[in-house]
Amino acid sequence: MGGKGMDHWERVNNPYDDDKVIAACSLFGMMDTSGKRFSGGDTITAIANMHERGNGLGGGFAVYGLYPQYAEHYAFHVMYLDEAARREAESLLQDGFRVALAEPVPTRKTRAIENPPLVWRYFLEVRTQNGQGLSHDDYVLEKVMQINTGVRNAFVFSSGKDMAVFKGVGYPEDIADYFRLDEYQGYLWTAHGRFPTNTRGWWGGAHPFSILDWTVNHNGEISSYGINRRYLEMFGYHCTMQTDTEVIAYAVDLLVRRHHLPIEVVADVLAAPLWSQIEREDGEKAALHTTLRQVYGSLLLNGPFTVVIAHQGEMIGLTDRIRLRPLTAATKGDLLFLSSEESAIRLVCPQLDRAWIPMGGEPIIGSLQRPLAKREPVAVEEATA
Amino acid sequence: MKTYLPPRFVIDRYAERCIACQVCVRQCSFDAHAYDGEDDEIRSYEKNCVGCHRCSVFCPTQALNIRLNPLSYRPNVNWQPEFIEDIIRQSEGGGVLLTGMGNDKPYRVYWDHLLLNASQVTNPSIDPLREPMELKTFLGRKPDRVELDPASLSLKTQLAPQVAIDVPVLFSAMSYGAINLNVQESLARAATEAGTLFNVGEGGLHQTLYKYANNAIVQVASGRFGVHPEYLDVARFIEIKIGQGAKPGIGGHLPGGKVSEDVAETRMIPAGTDALSPAPQHDIYSIEDLAQLIYALKEATNYTKPVCVKIAAVHNSAAIASGMVRAGADIIALDGLRGSTGAAPKMIRDNVGIPIELAIASVDTRLREEGIRNQASIIAAGGFRNSADVVKAIALGADAVYIGTAALIALGCTVCQQCPTGKCAWGIATTDPILSKRVNPDIGARRVVNLLRGWSLEIKEMLGGMGINALESLRGNRLHLRGVDLTDGELDVLGVRLAGR
Amino acid sequence: MTTNISSNGGSTVRIDVNGTHYRELNGLIREAVADGAQRIDLHDVHGQRYIATNLRTEAEIHIHGTPGNDLGAFLDGSRLIVHGNAQDGCGNTMNEGEIIVHGHAGDITGLSARGGRIFVREDVGYRAAIHMKEYEEKRPALVIGGTAQDFLGEYMAGGIVVALGLTLNGENCHKASFVGTGMHGGVIYLRGHINEHQLGKDVGVSKLTRKDRTILRDLVTQFAAHFGYDAEEILASRFIKLVPLHLRPYGRLYTC
Ligand code: SF4
Ligand code: SF4
Repeated sequence: MGGKGMDHWERVNNPYDDDKVIAACSLFGMMDTSGKRFSGGDTITAIANMHERGNGLGGGFAVYGLYPQYAEHYAFHVMYLDEAARREAESLLQDGFRVALAEPVPTRKTRAIENPPLVWRYFLEVRTQNGQGLSHDDYVLEKVMQINTGVRNAFVFSSGKDMAVFKGVGYPEDIADYFRLDEYQGYLWTAHGRFPTNTRGWWGGAHPFSILDWTVNHNGEISSYGINRRYLEMFGYHCTMQTDTEVIAYAVDLLVRRHHLPIEVVADVLAAPLWSQIEREDGEKAALHTTLRQVYGSLLLNGPFTVVIAHQGEMIGLTDRIRLRPLTAATKGDLLFLSSEESAIRLVCPQLDRAWIPMGGEPIIGSLQRPLAKREPVAVEEATA
Repeated sequence: MKTYLPPRFVIDRYAERCIACQVCVRQCSFDAHAYDGEDDEIRSYEKNCVGCHRCSVFCPTQALNIRLNPLSYRPNVNWQPEFIEDIIRQSEGGGVLLTGMGNDKPYRVYWDHLLLNASQVTNPSIDPLREPMELKTFLGRKPDRVELDPASLSLKTQLAPQVAIDVPVLFSAMSYGAINLNVQESLARAATEAGTLFNVGEGGLHQTLYKYANNAIVQVASGRFGVHPEYLDVARFIEIKIGQGAKPGIGGHLPGGKVSEDVAETRMIPAGTDALSPAPQHDIYSIEDLAQLIYALKEATNYTKPVCVKIAAVHNSAAIASGMVRAGADIIALDGLRGSTGAAPKMIRDNVGIPIELAIASVDTRLREEGIRNQASIIAAGGFRNSADVVKAIALGADAVYIGTAALIALGCTVCQQCPTGKCAWGIATTDPILSKRVNPDIGARRVVNLLRGWSLEIKEMLGGMGINALESLRGNRLHLRGVDLTDGELDVLGVRLAGR
Repeated sequence: MTTNISSNGGSTVRIDVNGTHYRELNGLIREAVADGAQRIDLHDVHGQRYIATNLRTEAEIHIHGTPGNDLGAFLDGSRLIVHGNAQDGCGNTMNEGEIIVHGHAGDITGLSARGGRIFVREDVGYRAAIHMKEYEEKRPALVIGGTAQDFLGEYMAGGIVVALGLTLNGENCHKASFVGTGMHGGVIYLRGHINEHQLGKDVGVSKLTRKDRTILRDLVTQFAAHFGYDAEEILASRFIKLVPLHLRPYGRLYTC
């Protein structure tokens, strides 16, 4: 893979060559576990209510169940700084895929949004002869990396099926307005308002960070970043964004997609139980937790974090093991909410069945496989209150 | 347990001068002198001596000299005596090595590699004795531009609260408990007289000092000692303490022994308990939490005063400072590697942080690149020794500096590093009522005011030499600095050219 | 976004908060107080921070909705009644006054409080009552109807924490770990059970004395009155008392 593009994005995302990009923020997620699709209105209202937590240098959304008419196509959202970049990237896409549709992502003129890049979307099918032994997902991943590291001024920021990310520089409510998110429907929405500390903020640097259909929204700063990153690099991931979020996304991709671990176990890697707690567990559980810490010690996310992770059919909320960042969960019928602040949930759904604060390191999982009205989400019974 | 530690100092007592008046016995709070009634003689217990010079200064016949014990170990570049003795100390005490004052290790002091400019021929130097010389500095957030009413041309812009100081030197945070009230009062009065501010640290503001509150900076630190609405209301500005240069990343424990009745009342905790300052502030785990506390304080004081945030200079200071400014800090205080303290674990003091010179340069550069340097003032701290250091710091990009040790030296401190013992023979880092009397606020204030007066005159001399008559023309003006004996990398971080270029 | 303020001509004022920014809202509250309001009703509160911070009044403020973080920070005498849940930092560094939460409260409830009372009907989050302090007659109290998450009473230097365990079911055991880590003052009363390993190494368990019972009775009676419980029924159960083992938990940490 060529270096010019990658260097370029590193420079844009981390213009001062800091150890990494540091940011914090507000998080919101809302999922209908029965799979019913709904508009982005509530998510936008909720994230806007946490305006104080961001600083206007980044806002973004992930939506699942977004493109049912192209459910089997990889939906690429790509930003370009100029037309030349678009031509170059598109010729790569034409070579690598059958392009079912290419069009600019519809936008609305908004005063709050300055200097937006060109944002296009493509619905793509992998040509069978292109596989070369790679799975479709790995093939797509390689193409994404190829564009992001090889084509100057082009950046693929979303590449999953029946889902997409919308993000940019601005408060999340302004980004939503710009991308007309009130006009879309999905069964799972997540949103992020960003407070970057050491970057001027650029469109690609906003959250969610996405790889294939995984999206990660993150709040906090991980002190273990240096080793998390070096560990993932051994497995071939290029951390071009130099953000905690990117590292979390790759860690989840590695553990779930490549190492086939269930998400509950992934939580035990990222927010591993303390040794004092493991000592009190029964033999089998203790052995599992001990082994996970021994093998994946380099993936422990050490330091304050809350993440809202999503992929097709599932939304996961997780905080660090001593809960240094906030997360409130709530349910109403089939709906699961995750939010940095309870007030944002109450604003869009005043009469909740239940609102609670999960324990640190305990994943809250909403899944289409387990609609809430039939079954409580995993770990609810364990949560206090 | 018999200690294996050799005495650090030798006490020379000249018998022909000694009149056995016992002044030294009374002055030494470390029990290194004792009177033997039987022989009518003064004896020395050298293993107790910490080299603070209190006795030799006060000996009426100059019969005492204190010098380093010349006892030598076999030379070894790796096993320096200090490391050997630290291990002895720990093998006998079994704890974290505790020390006082600032980092004493030979890390490069960049001030000594930076040289100032002076005008010759092409522009005139200014004579500070006759011409106006302005040191007045305003600390606080400044807007990007001034707006006038287009019709009347009257001023529309309303500035955020500003704090004016007459000399760009403030007294850094020293809490009641770490030092005693006489020291705080000396500093408070000196600040009031010299037109600058003193910082009460995190131990609260004692009732008797409320009359100096207009020159007080009050701290809100992790322990939240003595923080209540009135405390916030009376202060000139509020400083949120995240960290300090002597011990970045860790909290503090004021030992119960120093928590006297009066200290307890000011901190509002029971006497005799340890006053624990946790490492983090438990409502700040992230940048948006810092914003939350900044605005909580602004809201609590109705936006009447600036809020400062103090951090230790560490690896990512530039990025962190940028975040702090965006989080609403009106002033940021950077405390460098050589910043002092009343007590710090030695390993932390000597090994964590970065030099203040590099931190000032990188923070100022970053804030300018991001176009937000005007949004916050920078106060630099950590080992400022004289007015030339101050001038160089301002040229690198600071608005003002904090001094701590320098002010204490004016009061008698000899940097003996015994502060955590609470036995300071100079009556400074102690709350012992008898030792505390050794600092008389009338005299103390005088000494400190004299120091500031001297530094102001010198700063004016240096400015005049550069052809500058207002301090703001020097602020961030790195063209008035040149480096000697520095690598390209160091010059690059400092943003300073090599001397001769 | 409209803010409706109405007064019944008497001493009660109603504010429909409805998206008003906290800075403006606190301004309105201050104005109402200056005009002599004794009771202020805030409706439609959704995350406004710092409500009633540093308000020097004895007025009663009713909050309908979900107040934002740092509710009543530096509170100085007012009475705040939350008809709903409170978020993080409720009663941060409060000095005097009372906060009553008809629901749960988030992390660091009562952080560094130095006076006043907080009553929470249900549970509280992590690090409740962290670094609470007391000095002579100024003795803050946090009464939790349910239970707490980890690090309850961490670094506690004074004050009283009561956790009544009313939301616990079955085995009646509190779930928090690291309770009282670094505690060196104050007292925690727990109704229900807690295991040894859940306690910080700086706390010890002891029996309640007559004096403890008096304090507890007073606080539980107030709690019961606020939330409609039977105080006697609550008091009839077994309580345990957690106290610091040392005034100086870190006294042996250092070598000079
Ligand atoms: S007063 Fe100071 S220098 Fe003199 S003997 Fe005592 S410790 Fe040593
Ligand atoms: S303050 Fe006192 S104990 Fe501390 S270094 Fe100065 S003279 Fe020594």
